[in-house]
Amino acid sequence: MSRPPRIGVVTFPGSLDDRDALRAVRFMGGEGVPLWHADRDLHGVDAVILPGGFSYGDYLRCGAIARFAPIMDPVVRFAAQGGPVVGICNGFQILCEAGLLPGALIRNRSLRFICRFVDVRVETSLTPLTDGIVAGEVLRVPVKHGEGQFIAGPDDLARVEERGLVAFRYCAPDGTVDDAHNVNGSANAIAGVRNEAGNVVGLMPHPEHAVDPDLGPTGGQPMLSSLLSSALARV
Amino acid sequence: MSDPPLHRALGLTDDELERIRETIGRDPNPNELAMYGVMWSEHCSYKSSKVHLRALPTRGRHVLVGPGQDAGVVDVGDGLAVVFKMESHSHPSALEPYQGAATGVGGIVRDIVAMGARPIASLDPLMFGPLTQERNRWLFEGVVAGIGGYGNCIGVPTVGGEVKFAEPHSLNPTVNVMCVGVAPVDRLVTSDREVHEGSLLVLFGAATGRDGIGGVSVLASRTLEEGSDEQRPSVQIGDPFAEKLLIEASLELVERGLLEGLQDLGGAGITCAVSESASRAGLGVELDLDAVPLRAPDLEAFEILTSESQERMLAIVHPSRLDEVLEVCSRWGLSSPVVGRLVAGGGLRVTMGGTTVAEVPARSLADEGPEYVRPMAEPAGAAELREDDPTFATITAEPREAFLAVLSSPNVASKRWVYEQYDQLVQGGTVLGPGADAAVVRIEGTLKAIALATDGKGRFGRLDPYLGAAHAVAEAARNVATVGARPLAITNCLNFGNPERPEVMWQFAESVRGISDACRALDTPVTGGNVSFYNESGGSAIWPTPVIGMLGLLEDHRFVVRPAFRPGDLVYLLGETFPELGGSEFAEVVVGTISGRPPALDLDREGALHGLLVAAARADLLTSAHDCSEGGLAIALAESAMVAGTGFAVTVPGDLPWYASLFSESASRAVVSVAPERATGLEDLAAAHGVACAPLGETGGPRMVFDTVFEVTVEEAARAYEDAIPALLGR
Repeated sequence: MSRPPRIGVVTFPGSLDDRDALRAVRFMGGEGVPLWHADRDLHGVDAVILPGGFSYGDYLRCGAIARFAPIMDPVVRFAAQGGPVVGICNGFQILCEAGLLPGALIRNRSLRFICRFVDVRVETSLTPLTDGIVAGEVLRVPVKHGEGQFIAGPDDLARVEERGLVAFRYCAPDGTVDDAHNVNGSANAIAGVRNEAGNVVGLMPHPEHAVDPDLGPTGGQPMLSSLLSSALARV
Repeated sequence: MSDPPLHRALGLTDDELERIRETIGRDPNPNELAMYGVMWSEHCSYKSSKVHLRALPTRGRHVLVGPGQDAGVVDVGDGLAVVFKMESHSHPSALEPYQGAATGVGGIVRDIVAMGARPIASLDPLMFGPLTQERNRWLFEGVVAGIGGYGNCIGVPTVGGEVKFAEPHSLNPTVNVMCVGVAPVDRLVTSDREVHEGSLLVLFGAATGRDGIGGVSVLASRTLEEGSDEQRPSVQIGDPFAEKLLIEASLELVERGLLEGLQDLGGAGITCAVSESASRAGLGVELDLDAVPLRAPDLEAFEILTSESQERMLAIVHPSRLDEVLEVCSRWGLSSPVVGRLVAGGGLRVTMGGTTVAEVPARSLADEGPEYVRPMAEPAGAAELREDDPTFATITAEPREAFLAVLSSPNVASKRWVYEQYDQLVQGGTVLGPGADAAVVRIEGTLKAIALATDGKGRFGRLDPYLGAAHAVAEAARNVATVGARPLAITNCLNFGNPERPEVMWQFAESVRGISDACRALDTPVTGGNVSFYNESGGSAIWPTPVIGMLGLLEDHRFVVRPAFRPGDLVYLLGETFPELGGSEFAEVVVGTISGRPPALDLDREGALHGLLVAAARADLLTSAHDCSEGGLAIALAESAMVAGTGFAVTVPGDLPWYASLFSESASRAVVSVAPERATGLEDLAAAHGVACAPLGETGGPRMVFDTVFEVTVEEAARAYEDAIPALLGR
């Protein structure tokens, strides 16, 4: 008989949205499994979320220290074996620092922290967060970050675009991508990217804060339900 | 010129020195003087305010812990308690806005944690001078960035507060910080806990350094004058990452039942934490300064005793639990030395390098500070100021221009530029965030939600401090009732000038009387708060500005009422409008005067309105509700329209001139909208509560139509409203 997919959420020192990610996973019908930064195994989870926050205070570059945490060894192995790995906000920064995703995140164009609901356009269904979502669909989710401006060198950026590695772009409610809706000034309005294999994805917006209709928009629901089915595929 | 005697340099008067001599039966040594200096400072001892604060109503059905502990505690049912407190960090913020505000957030969060509660929301009432001045922009931007920089990094959502602008805050910005937490009642760490002789004092968290020596306690007990910038090193430096670890470690210690007591280190540092812990337990303390981890090896005893280094907590631990406590701290990467033990008697003995460096009765530091009945006098010219009432001025302004001027006045305009820099969503409980009448935060695992609002009425307070304070309570309660929550209790931060001036002391006493009367009438007892004096420079004080932090309860968060209109509904005004422009936004912006009498306040009417709003929410009658206060009816209607992008057409009731109907700030009013089929239900309910309920018109369309007086598109209004503050900042 099938069981609910087990989604691990890593708590680093300074992680803030870890409990929120666990709650959202449970809300969507999955089993949330807390993982501790100092652990060296993933306790048999079917997918991993690196949550938002300020790991180790992010006093150096965001995510620069967390990538060396003991838990990252099994996370990297899990990713290499095709396991679904999602980085949200600080988790996205950590995945970039760890070399699992292309590009880097720098301070917002405004130089200020921004907390706001935004619209993002799904660019590919080949990620654990967008499996089953048609490219072009627009989802409303919040961002809350000071360093979320996606950048990449010219060659890397060209490769990211050519290989279809862009997962999400900031856009207008009708899906139009323009500068006015590029909330943090990201290159090509990129809000999230995936790896070549399509099992690792990172994004600055917070799907875990957009699942409960009592609290606001629910653009995170299709993303997390996609994650649950991606994880289930491995059960 | 010879230097002043040491006790005066430490802020103690000659009489206070004499009192110390009598207490300890000899001359105090410099370490002891330093300890008394911080503990008997205005900031820590409340020596000028205590005599007045005793008159506040502090008991009520729901109050579990009133004033005197780290924070107030209110029972919200189902075995849960809400812990909340407000505090000022104005003085440090005036010198170093980013760190001043940041460490203010850190300090108030630790107050909540010290009661054993998880912090679930912060609110920040702020006041600055006009943004047309460069220094005010620097202070404003720095304070907002500091609140965000610290608050965003510790995972506590900032869900509300307010931002006001007035000239007296140019040199004296007001930075108040409020934090709210939740805990199971049986897990609260209150002073009722049994504390044993022989129990150990564990200092956990950051190391102790020279930052913030005599920080808040000394800074906040004097006025800031020319050259105050040199005191910038007295401002503490925050490390929010350490705070986050401290929160998690503290809560784990509490949840596992490992502690007899928990105290944060804030103003007056370890001296305050240790003397208060001992005094509450009726015991003495042996404190070993050699065990305190230091950031610099050569700190002297008095520096360690009075340092206000941030991110430190003191736990009282039974020896049998010590190993478990150390294990928890170590897992969170925090140092946790045993720095002392509780002993019989009431003495606080401090040793360093094997010798006793201070020995005084703990109680004399913590609870037996001086108390003053300072002289009071109504400020000269107050009566004339009230007589010059703008309600009777000749108004030549065009209504439409007047409306746009009030709407884009920084006091009224959108504060989006501010609150978008705060994480409003972390912890996943925010039902209503900044910009609403009150913030609403769900209590995890229940249907309940708490509603939170902060209000200060500086302009009214300037004209009549009694009324200003009572209005602040009434408006805060109204804001909470507007979202459908029952007002339960308040905390406060009382912001005033120099209490040694009789005019300021009079303003203070009048304000406390106003809070007292309003809280009694509305059945919202005072659970604690903070007094911030000496907010003045060059003899010019801020207006008397008590800020009220109101806590309300929604039994079911799904019945929350939001401010947004929906097309096709009917709009009603609850309550009555009188010609009352004294101290209004319209008078300041359009007439150019801050004078007259503040609006009258009938607390029975006010309470009736709250009862109606809560009952209407419970009956699910309302589409929207919005408090009608600053800027009057015109602004209340416009805000409900702009947030929804839905216009309206209203007739302006009564036979008042347009400016009185639209811009009077009469108390006890709200603008609500209902579906047409529920209109009768609302009218009947209002009649049952004895509240006037006048139909104004209906919602819908892209325009806001104010009778035949004027109209404006929602889009144009929203642009004026949203762009005002960014434009002043040059963004």
